[in-house]
This record gives sequence, C-alpha cells and structure tokens, in this order.
Amino acid sequence: MISGLQLFGRLMLIAIRGQMQYRSAFFLMVLGTFLTSMVQAIGIWALFDRFGSLGVWSVAHVAFLYGTINIVFASVDITARGFDTFGSSLIRTGQFDRVLVRPASAVILVAAREVALHKLGQLLQGILVLTYALITLNIDWTPGRIALYVFAVSSMYAFFYAIQIVRATMSFWTIETLEILNTISHGGMETAQYPMSIYKESFTNFFTYVVPLACVAYFPMVGVLDIPDPLGSTLLTQSLAPLAGFVFFAVCLEFWFYGVKRYQSTGS
Amino acid sequence: MKPFLLHSYLAVVAARFRMLLQYRVAALAGVATQIFWGCIKLMVLGAFYAVAVTTPPMTFTAIVAYVWLGQVLIGLLPWNHDPELQELFTSGGVAYELLRPLDLYWFWFARTLAFRTAPTLLRMIPGVIFAVLVLPMIGLPEWALPPPASIAHGLMFSVSFIATVMLSCAITILITISMFWLIEARGLSTFMYGVVPVFSGMIVPLPLFPDWMQPFLHWQPFRGLCDVPFRIYSGDIPLSMATQEITLQLLWVVVLIAAGYSLISFARVRLVVQGG
Repeated sequence: MISGLQLFGRLMLIAIRGQMQYRSAFFLMVLGTFLTSMVQAIGIWALFDRFGSLGVWSVAHVAFLYGTINIVFASVDITARGFDTFGSSLIRTGQFDRVLVRPASAVILVAAREVALHKLGQLLQGILVLTYALITLNIDWTPGRIALYVFAVSSMYAFFYAIQIVRATMSFWTIETLEILNTISHGGMETAQYPMSIYKESFTNFFTYVVPLACVAYFPMVGVLDIPDPLGSTLLTQSLAPLAGFVFFAVCLEFWFYGVKRYQSTGS
Repeated sequence: MKPFLLHSYLAVVAARFRMLLQYRVAALAGVATQIFWGCIKLMVLGAFYAVAVTTPPMTFTAIVAYVWLGQVLIGLLPWNHDPELQELFTSGGVAYELLRPLDLYWFWFARTLAFRTAPTLLRMIPGVIFAVLVLPMIGLPEWALPPPASIAHGLMFSVSFIATVMLSCAITILITISMFWLIEARGLSTFMYGVVPVFSGMIVPLPLFPDWMQPFLHWQPFRGLCDVPFRIYSGDIPLSMATQEITLQLLWVVVLIAAGYSLISFARVRLVVQGG
C-alpha cells in the first residue's frame, strides 16, 4: 500500500505528462498568466512612480508582499486544479461516484486529478518581483524571521487551498462551480498585494476575522519586514496570526467531508 | 463589392443580442466581481491620494468617475473575440460565411457589435445602480459615481462613447481576422490581455502614469477605449479639448476599420478552408 503523499505525487506526474502533449498551447497559456499578473505589477509601479510612497510602505515593501502572494497563489492554482474544475467535470457528469469507490482518499484523488501548469507564468512573475524586493530591501534574515516567513507562506498556501476546497464543496449543492467565490480567492490575492492598513476598517475586519486573509499575509509580513504596523499589531500577534490559516484549512476540510457525506449523485 | 443593406446588418445585431442575453446568472456573478474590484481600486487610489505630496494630475472625483465607468463598461474592452467566430475557422465553417450575400467585414462587424454590447448592457444596470444609489445610502457618498460635469460634458461623453464602441469592435475584428493566418486567435488574445487593460487606462488612469510616458500614451489607439470618454464625463478633459479628442478617437476608428477591411479582402483571395 503506498502512502497518500506518494499517490499524490504519482498522479501529479501523470497529469503533467498529459499536459505536455499540447506544447505550443501550453507555452501560450504560460505567457498569458505571466502577462496578466504583469499588468497588475505595472499598475503598482505606475502609482508608486507618481506618488512616491504609501505612508511607511515603499515600493520595495509592496513588491515583497506582491511577490510572495503571487508565488503562493500560483502554487495553489497549480496544485488545486482538480478542486477548481470539480463541479463542472466531476459533479455534473456524475463521475464523482467512481472516485468514491476507489480505495484511496477522495481528497487526494480529486486534488491530483489535474494540474494547472500554465500558472507557472504567474509563478515566474512573482519570483521576479520578489527577487527585486529582496535585492532592494536588504532584509536582515535572522533565524526568527526565516521561521516566521516559512510559517506565513505555508499558512497562506493552506488558506488559499482551503478556499478552493470550499468552492468545490459548494458544488455538491449547486452542481456548478460558483464564480462568486472568486472575489474571495482572486480578489483576496489582489487585496493582499497592498498593505491591509490602507483599506476601510469594515473591509479589513472582514478579511481578518471572517476570512483570515490578513492573518496569513499582512500581519506576518509586517513582522518579517520589521516596519511599525499602522494597525498597531505587536510582534507576538504577527507571529501567531498565521495559525489562523491552518485552522481555516481544517474547518474547510471538515465542510468538505460533510459535503461528501451528504452527496447525492446527479445520476447521469 | 456586395451591396450594403443596413436592415440585414441590424437583423444580425438583434438576433445575436437576444441570444447573448440568455446568460443571466453568469452576468450576476460578474456584477458582484466588478463592484468588489471597483471598491478595492478606490481604496488603493484613495490611500495614495491621502499621502500625496504634490497635487496629482486628476481630482479624486474624476478618479471615482473613471473607476466606476471602467468597472461597469469593462466588457467593452477588446481583449477577447467572439468564440463562435473562432469555431468557424477551426471547423472550416468560414466557407459558408463567404457565401452569404452580405459583405463579410460588415457582417462580422454587426455580430461583434452585439457580442460586445449585449452582455455589457446587461451588467451595466446593476453596477450603475450600486455606484449611484447604494454607495451614498451605506455611508460612502465620496465613492459614489458623480453625474457628468455638465450637460454639455454628458452629451460629449455620449458621442465619445459611441466612438469607443466602434473602436472596440474594430479592434476585436482585427483579432478575428488574424485567424485567417493563425487558425486560432488565442495567442493574439493572450497578448491583447496584457496590452489593452494597461494602455486603455483600465488598470490605472492614464494621467497617473509617469509624465515622460504621456506623449506616447496620448497618441496610441487604446486610449480611446476608456481614458477619453471617462475624462470627458468628469470634466477632466475640458469642453474646448473634447472635440479634438473625439476626432482623434474617430481617426483611429477609420484607420482600424480600413485596415480590417483590406485585410479581409486580401485574405479571402488566398484562403485555405480547413476541414471537410
């Protein structure tokens, strides 16, 4: 019996090999995701060029946020593609029945069913911007800061992955994948590219206490960058905040299991 | 040259319109997304305006108008093309298109006009209601879409807006025509996806870009898609300049339509039809 992780890896490799059969379409799509996220970066650059800075935040600080969040978001999109297309390709067609009778975890089978490699374009763009930020900022990488950064990045990954799982779970009831949740996933990514402190209070509260986006992105990044937080958080809260990402993931996964239990096939 | 029968083209527009209005649920999700993005944009720009050391080239009221008009009219941007026309090229159905007793360019223009305007009109209504009525009611009057700077500005905006629609269709058709050579337009669409939002002003209002870029930004065609009509609306472009700006818009419309028209007549001579 092979372990879940091994199975995940093996299925992913198969999916990657399948995608590489359409090479020119693949490269065009990589270029597409690169350009789409580049457009956002150009916007940020233009605004900083015009206004100089955003209070305590310089263009390099925002580039650090932007690069990190784009890398994480692209990684989630690449590895959560199976959940992304879950409603349209497994629920509506009734194919999910077949997944359920297999002797392996449905979560892994769904997750590794497809891989969105074309998001490598966005990933690459994020890496470029983050590199610029790291060169400009000269962060003093103490072990504490490295640990906080790794902690934050993994919790960010869990957070965005959890949203994909919720989207997929909703389609147990709605049959179709709900585009409206894009405002939280995609919109969340765009929101977190800028420091949370610039938004309206009610908006920031929503993205802290209801959907813990600020806990996984903004607060720990303020800690790593070591700048005074206009929202007034301390290093202790900044270091503990990413825990919320893992709690959020656990809750969403529980919602998924509930959905699977209640699942009634479309019967087609 | 085939005869130009206006009523045939109008029938094409009407038929496509009815078909495209069927997708109502997707439109609703689109509206919510547009409103969300509009709010984020306003908060970001507002934060920059709050810390501005020198006076920015546009007033914040003009920015608010620019953002909301952009959000509700985002469907007009020519960054994709009619997928059904794409199918004609991959299936070989383009041969039937050539047999129709209508001029191919204007036939496609009519189809594209419906493709661009029908979904946009549908999405515009709830978006405008939110930006004009709901925002002041929930205590955010400074974010509400203001009325045009004056009646004259409003009228000029309408003229400029018609030019915008024509411009958008002319560019969309050029993407479609590229399929005569490329079979599929995904590559070009991908490229447009990067170019159009930036150079139209959809990402960041064009006057906020660095000053050294302004001469170039002024003359390029994509500015006529957002920047010109939106700034006429808010009065950021004064009435004395409006005629000149609209003329530039129309000049690009004529150039791009002429380019598309001659490319089509050139392409149909050497067309190889795919499939059987």
